[in-house]
Amino acid sequence: MREVAVVAFAQTVHTGHDTGLAEPELLLPVIDEVKRATGLKRFGFTCSGSCDYLAGAPFSFVSALDAVGAWPPISESHVEMDGAFALYEAWVRLQHGDIDTALVYGFGKSSMSDIREIMTLQLDPYYLAPLGLDQVSYAALQACAVNADRPALDEIVRRSRADGRANPHALDLPDPSGEEFEVEPLRPYDVAPVTDGAAAVVLAAGDRARELTGRPAWITGIAHRAEPHYLGMRDLSRSVSTAEAGRAAGVGKGPVDVAELHTQFSHEEPILRAALGLSGEVTVNPSGGPLAANPVMATGLIRVGEAARRILDGSAARAVAHATSGPCLQQNLVAVLEGAVLDQSL
Amino acid sequence: MPSEESPAAIHVLEFPGGYTRTTGPVIGRFLTELRDRRLVGVRTAGGRVLVPPLEYDPDTGEPVTDDYVEVGPAGTVQAWAWVGSPRPGHPLDRPFAWALIKLDGADTALVHALDAGSPKALRPGLRVRPRWRAATTGHITDIECFVPEVTSLVAPVRAEYRVTPGRALTRFLEGVRDGRFLGGRCAECDAVYVPYRVSCPACGSVVEEEVEVADTGTVTTYAINNLPDPRAPEVPFVSAYVLLDGADTPMIALIGGIPAHEVRQGMRVRAVWVPPEERTLSMTNVKWFEPTGEPDADLDDSIGGA
Repeated sequence: MREVAVVAFAQTVHTGHDTGLAEPELLLPVIDEVKRATGLKRFGFTCSGSCDYLAGAPFSFVSALDAVGAWPPISESHVEMDGAFALYEAWVRLQHGDIDTALVYGFGKSSMSDIREIMTLQLDPYYLAPLGLDQVSYAALQACAVNADRPALDEIVRRSRADGRANPHALDLPDPSGEEFEVEPLRPYDVAPVTDGAAAVVLAAGDRARELTGRPAWITGIAHRAEPHYLGMRDLSRSVSTAEAGRAAGVGKGPVDVAELHTQFSHEEPILRAALGLSGEVTVNPSGGPLAANPVMATGLIRVGEAARRILDGSAARAVAHATSGPCLQQNLVAVLEGAVLDQSL
Repeated sequence: MPSEESPAAIHVLEFPGGYTRTTGPVIGRFLTELRDRRLVGVRTAGGRVLVPPLEYDPDTGEPVTDDYVEVGPAGTVQAWAWVGSPRPGHPLDRPFAWALIKLDGADTALVHALDAGSPKALRPGLRVRPRWRAATTGHITDIECFVPEVTSLVAPVRAEYRVTPGRALTRFLEGVRDGRFLGGRCAECDAVYVPYRVSCPACGSVVEEEVEVADTGTVTTYAINNLPDPRAPEVPFVSAYVLLDGADTPMIALIGGIPAHEVRQGMRVRAVWVPPEERTLSMTNVKWFEPTGEPDADLDDSIGGA
């Protein structure tokens, strides 16, 4: 396996409302920032993650290329998923060995529509979408299946929001309060906030990575797995695909200092902790996580970026990043990032 | 830049008339049977029954067999989410639950709406059945929703009686109409019974002596009632045994004019009478007993003194 590292990461100051910027305008500053950080003007490969249903326009990712500079022709691809899955594609592309750098970005403005309606459109069109099953409702079914403990969920939200207030990129949200339910057993604050934002990551391979930064965040393992889409075919109280992706990425091969988990609902944290075998000692989502800022289609990529940032700045030796897609944690990506590559084969 | 300063326009994404999808043989079979109000699952090579049917076995990825099995219509609830405020796209316009329902004979759970009335009705293992739409078309919403199986019914009971109070009680109520509590003294036992009665419950003698007792007394025991009662002025209310001064047996009465949690054994109380012009042959002549403000009585003395 070729050594590949995150060498730069940038994200917007996310907002809970539409600032009036179009998606390419949102994206331009973060792409500029990673270009400045690395000194790179061109990349061997460019891959993005976004969702046309967020903008309500087909091929909306094409216009975002304005922020990249697509002429002379570049090698480019797109996934209709979170940017974390675009990062996986870029990582695979770098494994080919003929290029050394890749730009990955993800962006989304969920303020433009009702995200609960939009996420209904991603469901199976025969059995689930026609029922009008919305995002908070299916998440609440999972919260029931896991029999989540209310004080524990409240503490997850309190901690996430407090960490988010300390993160200049996240939203400024108050401590959780109120007894009403959004969809029982979930309260409004158990749900990640509506957020607009974007993020960009630069990957580089081998010595190129060492040239670009003093302490690359090496991706020593990365894998993703999917489960059946239909909710009733799964045990919703567990995330089998996260556990399998975590095993394939080698999460358990060493101590974990920090984990950034793509938890769009508070009850997902205990499910993911269990799936990844993270003890109570592991710091989870010190950035505040998605419960403090959830720019859909960039949120998972930000987990990779935030985990890498702690390697890049030397505050962690080994970090885990997780990203998800699909209803109730259907598809899950897990990456292990390390400051030093210990694999003897390299 | 705050959003309200930005120009904005409404943009609608819509497929007029709806988006036509082909179903393929597996999902098509399920929907066709659904139109005939039958629920079917499909068997995998490994023998599991998938409901609703998929084209492949989610465990192995292998194609399913063409063995379709009738399941349900009843099933068991595994998990649920209570929707207190339904959204426009939801199947019901009143509060309902989303539920994972394992139909009888199936190995996987179906997701659907459950019209359960109240979240209190939900529990793991709840048995439910589909409620079909009047016209079925071969669509997952041919099932309007699921509803709990019948496990109880409400049977109205009402019988009417004409009752008379009897000689002793009539005499007692005449006293109450006149603002007096009457008791009867047993000459054998030397005990005063209130309400007035014509025979002694202890020795069986005929009670011949009528005595008037005070409308003040002592609370011997009480209960705080949290359920509404047409005879009570408010909830919670307190019903108590009041031992009237001069009586040897306590009488049940309402306590009022004091917060429920402040009522105590030994508390001294006095009857509050309704105005004389409103009185009838009824205990409603006494609104309730309220505290006199005197120091509490020693219950051992009052009861033991009989």
